[in-house]
Amino acid sequence: MLPFTMEKPESAEAAIAAAAGGARYIAGGTTLVDLMREEVERPERLVDINALPLGGIRVEGDDLVIGALARMSEVAADRNVQRLQPLIAESLIEGASPQLRNMASMGGNMLQRVRCPYFRMLDAGCNKRTPGSGCAAIDGLNAGHAILGTSEHCVATHPSDVAVALVALDATMRVRGPEGERSFPIEELFRLPGDTPHLEHTLLPGELIVELRVPGGPYSRRARYLKVRDRASYEFALVSAAAALSVEGGVIREARLAVGGVGTRPWRLRDCEAALVGKRLERPAFEAAAHLATQGARPLQHNHFKVELLPRTIVRALEMAGEVA
Amino acid sequence: MTVSTIGNPMTRVDGRAKVTGRARYAADFNQPGQLYAVIVSATVGLGRITGIQAAEVERMPGVVALITHRNAEKLAYLPHKAGIDPATGERLHVLQDDTVRFYGQPVALVVADTLDHAERAATALRVTYEARPPLVDPMDPKAESIVPDTRGRVSPDRARGDADKAVAGAPVTLDATYEMARENHNPMEPHATIAAWSGDRLTLWSKSQYLVNEQAEIAAVFGMPVENIEVICPFIGGAFGTSLRTWPHVTLAALAARQVGKPVKLVLTRKQMFFTTGHRPRTLQRVALGATNDGKLTGVVHEGTGETSRYEQFMEALTAVTDYLYSCPNVRTQYRLTELDTGTPNHMRGPGEASGIFALESAMDELSYKLGIDPIELRRRNEPEKDEAENKPFSSRSLMQCYALGAERFGWARRTPEPRSMRDGRLLIGMGAATATYPAFHAPANARVRLLADGTVEVEAAASDMGPGTYTSMTQVAAETLGLPPERIRFRLGRSSYPQTPSHGGSWTMASVGSAIQAACIEAQAQVSRLATADSASPLYNVAAGELEWSDGRLRRRGETTGISYREIVAKAGAPIEADGSAQRDPEVAERYSMHSFGAVFAEVAVDPDVGTIRVRRIVGAYGIGRVVNPLLARSQCTGGMIGGMGMALMERTVLDSRDGRPVNAHMADYLMPVNLDIPELDAHFVDEVDPHVNALGVKGLGEIALVGTAPAIANAVFHATGTRVRSLPIHIEDVLTA
Repeated sequence: MLPFTMEKPESAEAAIAAAAGGARYIAGGTTLVDLMREEVERPERLVDINALPLGGIRVEGDDLVIGALARMSEVAADRNVQRLQPLIAESLIEGASPQLRNMASMGGNMLQRVRCPYFRMLDAGCNKRTPGSGCAAIDGLNAGHAILGTSEHCVATHPSDVAVALVALDATMRVRGPEGERSFPIEELFRLPGDTPHLEHTLLPGELIVELRVPGGPYSRRARYLKVRDRASYEFALVSAAAALSVEGGVIREARLAVGGVGTRPWRLRDCEAALVGKRLERPAFEAAAHLATQGARPLQHNHFKVELLPRTIVRALEMAGEVA
Repeated sequence: MTVSTIGNPMTRVDGRAKVTGRARYAADFNQPGQLYAVIVSATVGLGRITGIQAAEVERMPGVVALITHRNAEKLAYLPHKAGIDPATGERLHVLQDDTVRFYGQPVALVVADTLDHAERAATALRVTYEARPPLVDPMDPKAESIVPDTRGRVSPDRARGDADKAVAGAPVTLDATYEMARENHNPMEPHATIAAWSGDRLTLWSKSQYLVNEQAEIAAVFGMPVENIEVICPFIGGAFGTSLRTWPHVTLAALAARQVGKPVKLVLTRKQMFFTTGHRPRTLQRVALGATNDGKLTGVVHEGTGETSRYEQFMEALTAVTDYLYSCPNVRTQYRLTELDTGTPNHMRGPGEASGIFALESAMDELSYKLGIDPIELRRRNEPEKDEAENKPFSSRSLMQCYALGAERFGWARRTPEPRSMRDGRLLIGMGAATATYPAFHAPANARVRLLADGTVEVEAAASDMGPGTYTSMTQVAAETLGLPPERIRFRLGRSSYPQTPSHGGSWTMASVGSAIQAACIEAQAQVSRLATADSASPLYNVAAGELEWSDGRLRRRGETTGISYREIVAKAGAPIEADGSAQRDPEVAERYSMHSFGAVFAEVAVDPDVGTIRVRRIVGAYGIGRVVNPLLARSQCTGGMIGGMGMALMERTVLDSRDGRPVNAHMADYLMPVNLDIPELDAHFVDEVDPHVNALGVKGLGEIALVGTAPAIANAVFHATGTRVRSLPIHIEDVLTA
């Protein structure tokens, strides 16, 4: 690990000023410290934001508001979260390990770096880590990589589980920066790799995530998160799906669907959602909709199975959501 | 009345030390003034070092030395091979030349005042190479298999009858190939060595399963007398075979400590534990079976190939079980190696047998479906009366009793034979079974017993305890033999200066070291008897040896209650009474019998028909392992082995990038092993088995067989659940997705 300085401001203003000058925020540190130890991340200045009043979880009308510093475990265990947005609680529990969930913040979770093994190896090409150095994964071992949203420069998947749920639920993010505050749909936070895979999100220099806001909908309680992987815990998704349904008289009125493990960002499936609306809550409708998910998929040498697994995961997640009483 | 401790479920004597953090592992023995070393590993898979930008790194904060092949002392590397070293080839000589043989090979060592400084400098060091593409994939058409040079240890080819002809002409045949991935041991404790020189004497606090060999190997590497080295390792945080050999990092720690003149601590990173500390070799196997319509085997062919390095021929007993497991007049086994540009593999729990039996027991399962015979019944119809390869009786063999007991505890009778015929809700349920077996090895071992004036006893042997409970089980052996309560025994291990023992592997520690401790205790009793009967003031004066009996810490005349205590005798002697004991297997008995443990493993899996997730729901094992010294420890051994077998079946796979040979998943998040949520109800049972031939204690060993057989039981259950036969381990979701 390279030497660095760290300050711990008491106010958001002080933190933003420091970060605008080139420092990096640190909250739980579960991604950043790990990568600093391997010198994949080399920040010279850190701003510890844990003293800022950005925690807590509250309900405002139909909205659930989650502070950026709320820990994953805290959110997963929160009764309001479980009651109003069980999809968020379920996706959090499926993520990481208990130890990591106790440390990792919700804001940090949105910004976690990719799990591509080559990203973590200083002696391998990685355009995300070192722009222009090439992508070792495209012709390398890529069973865990993305089939959607890839470019010739990067094929890494976005690793977060809860981000998939938040994208499905149309959550928004409030940030504060040198120019003041702004809010935007969380989906707009995540960039496609294109030819600039080192740019992963749309935050401006110094911008600090303040909170996440999840609007309630008629589909919020009939919602499930399914994460498919080779071991039962502590593994990133091969494929995951967040499905939320509003059903009346056995007919789907509204649907929310996003998937993980397959896209270079949390992947919302609006075509599939549209295909479900007005259909009976039955497997043939799920299958027809899920079929649309792989349009445009570009599998690599070792991840063809994801093209098969993705629709199956969607079907099963929709079934699970439909079974919610 | 004798205090009986063998057979009791005693809790670990070192349990409190472990849970309170008082147990000290190699890296805990920090020395005053010690420096920290970090290895720089090669970033190419084959080639030559062309440049090392040393000057920049030598100027970095805290750096004391940068050691490379250019400035490292030339080491003697005298010939030395222990049983655990490959018989053919020569070990890696570290930092002695510019050759890079495999990705991750140490190419430099940074020594600094703190670990942080050493890590920073190691990361900053720029090494340039002239690189060539390595060959790391045994399936590559350029990979060639060779006949291993076993140096007369055991033939790579064995045959009786004409197996190929028998298979070809059989009414029912099966011919299939099976593949198993490379695995790394991944114990919790990383490899660690602290080296300290005092003049020409060297102390190594070093994680080792074979202290006396670490001592001998380092003596050979440095060309120094064995007695000038002491290796200390009282505790091991899991090893599974990776610490059997003495790997280059031990040499590097000693080399650095000598070069800088201070103690040096060297701990491998998790990533480095995928480079130079061995791995279970990837294997490719073909099994061909011929059988009559009623399931009698008429021919068995088993050809297996394992990977090895370019510089050493690592061999394991890949096809050996096939020679003796079932009755068949025509059996041919063949073992080959593929030389690759990787580090040398080594033994990993259940070595060879575990890999080989996956192929054989999968094939037997496949044959059972072809025949329409219950898989257990098929094994019963081929149960031999003797070891047909050696033409010798088994010293004991309880395989059928294991199947009977295991089937009952597992509920095998509830299984419906047809694949995909069992469900739990929407999940497909499968039940599978497989045989486990492992040789009942024995090696010469020594131990020392010291009776002290306070009535306690010290027992010493240079053994190790990597987790099975050696501290506890040996205490039980000594307590039982001396007729003392176990609290009075203090068993010490983990020092090379203690009496020599064999490697702590191969399931022979209890057989070998336990027998030596028993012998030393008996010798101590003989000394005490001589003192007590020669002393005119003793109540036992002139009592004949045959009249004496030992119990409750006292020596007495048979039938009498008083006698004399150890304490009194030692006090009278004026000094502790010390006795050495050694044990080895009677060569005549060894020649007369075939000695193996046997077991039957049962697994139940649930497979999600939509998304292919495979979860093990239960494993039941029944084992015939001779005498069980401690049922609690034995059960723990078995459940640990089953978890290792689950990893082999469903998760563990070290994946190499064929472009440069790098392991891409050298990380605990990416190299999957079962976690708590994966681990179901595990149940181990032991059949009553008395084997008077294996050794005086009647123990056959347990550590290895506990893993053997689990993977094929799971693979067979996956087939039963899905109807899809997966012949490649680990079985992943993608393999059953089309089921």
